[in-house]
Amino acid sequence: MAQGSSVLAAAGIVKRFNAFVAVAELDFRLGADEAVGIVGPNGAGKTTLLNVLAGTYRPSAGTVTFEGADVSRLDAASRCRLGIARSHQVPRPFGDMTVFENVFVAASMGGGHKGARAYDGSIESLRLCGMLEVANRPAETLGLLDRKRLELARALATDPKVLLLDEIGAGLTDGEAAELVAIIRELRRRHIAIVWIEHILHVLLQVVERLVCMDAGRVIAEGLPDEALAHPAVIEAYLGSGVT
Amino acid sequence: MSGGPGIVVQRWSPLSIGAMSCLGALLVLLAFGPFYLGPYLTDRLTTLLIYVIMAAMWNALAGYGGLVSVGQQAFFGLGAYAAIRLSHAGLEAYLALILAPLLVGLVSVPLSTFALRLQGGEFAIGMWVFAELAHLLVNLDGLVQGETGTSLIALSAFAPDTRRALNYWLALAVMTVLVAAVFLLLRSRVGASIQAIRDNQEAAASVGVRVMATKCLIFVLAAVGCAAAGALTLATLISFQPKTYFSVQWTAYMIFMTLVGGLGTFEGPVLGAVIFFAIETFFGGSGVWYLVGLGACALLFSLFLPRGIWGALRDRFGIALMPVGYRLQFRPRAGKAAT
Repeated sequence: MAQGSSVLAAAGIVKRFNAFVAVAELDFRLGADEAVGIVGPNGAGKTTLLNVLAGTYRPSAGTVTFEGADVSRLDAASRCRLGIARSHQVPRPFGDMTVFENVFVAASMGGGHKGARAYDGSIESLRLCGMLEVANRPAETLGLLDRKRLELARALATDPKVLLLDEIGAGLTDGEAAELVAIIRELRRRHIAIVWIEHILHVLLQVVERLVCMDAGRVIAEGLPDEALAHPAVIEAYLGSGVT
Repeated sequence: MSGGPGIVVQRWSPLSIGAMSCLGALLVLLAFGPFYLGPYLTDRLTTLLIYVIMAAMWNALAGYGGLVSVGQQAFFGLGAYAAIRLSHAGLEAYLALILAPLLVGLVSVPLSTFALRLQGGEFAIGMWVFAELAHLLVNLDGLVQGETGTSLIALSAFAPDTRRALNYWLALAVMTVLVAAVFLLLRSRVGASIQAIRDNQEAAASVGVRVMATKCLIFVLAAVGCAAAGALTLATLISFQPKTYFSVQWTAYMIFMTLVGGLGTFEGPVLGAVIFFAIETFFGGSGVWYLVGLGACALLFSLFLPRGIWGALRDRFGIALMPVGYRLQFRPRAGKAAT
């Protein structure tokens, strides 16, 4: 494994919840300026892996390295300050605060900016995500698409090097998903590396260069999207055995 | 304040600048209170100032920090007790009253590491348990003589008029300092983080907010504030009976003032304190019916004005006299003249 080229790597990750093993002996690496998609049936351990990478969960075994340094013991806030940002599967806005204030917290805490720089960073993130018009609205009044945009804008305001996206396309119409894809492509042009969990393949494949397929807490196939999806183990995981 | 072409982040408005100027003028006027108010009004205003402290502290904790506590009487009682102890140790009485809240603040730091691990209702009840525990421990102190209590004897050395004026000034100064501290904290970057934790703790952590340290800050500030209210109450009553000071009624008053005025608004609790004070002044003598009235009032507010008076006004008209938030203002593209 080429250590030098990966920005985020996980080795031998195990995550147990009591007797249940959600992630079992998993290795993962994300190259600098790479976009990787993670797919797999429900319960495959995708979100658990993302939580381990983000620092929300401590792994039961294994290490997470970011830019060559072991970050396994750092909590989510510290990892965010280093440059690992995330979005949540179910959006978690700060409901009683305005959209701008939501993003400002991220810019000043995660991004470590003060004064005018925090303002500028927040405004730039809102502009990129097309949210300037709703900047003064309480976040609880937003609809689903805007809530997902806010997840992106908030993550972006922390100046991330790596962005972890958890089913950001779920529940959106194709038109709405296309708007998010346009934003995420813009982030790719800014060389932010991306790990993206998504069930909606045709949306995911517009962005990612590599695909990791998971089932029962393990990687069952990985590689270029077409190759990975054609792997017999992947077909079996999705459709059951005996199908050709 | 920049923010790219045509966009300005606004924190003060002409209305709020005007309101703050009026507030400044009011404070100057109040500072000369004892010279023109007379003994009765000076005493009553001292009580009102203590209520404002209590309401502002509970609001900072619950309304902005999301930490609903029914045990703030712990700090109220400990504030008074610490003043008794410090005075007994030889400190000048008023110095003891000033230092006592800070001492309680120190005690609240280790407590916060336990209390803040509890969430929601567990935290609320856990704080009540702590208050009962603090009450029992204070009762064990020989100096207090159990429920018989003791008093801040050193205060008897002052002539009644001098003591009345000193209490008033101390209450005014402490109220000003504490409310200003809450205001500045909430306006700062940390203030936005506190509200983010209130709205979604896990999301706050995921955007880089240090959750425990930030919660600890607001917890300790509220502890110092409630202890100051307790110490000031001791200054007015002189006598200290644990049962009175560690009574849950103090937190009930805080909750009443905050809910009626507007939880999570900066101006609301001050308004709530004035309303509570007025109700107490006019109906406080009517015994049980006074308490029934308070309860009915709280019930009506939670049913029909759940955001309190100021919350309803703010939702309707978008006004803020003491703004802690941020508003983006979109200006038409500026020409050369604007630079």
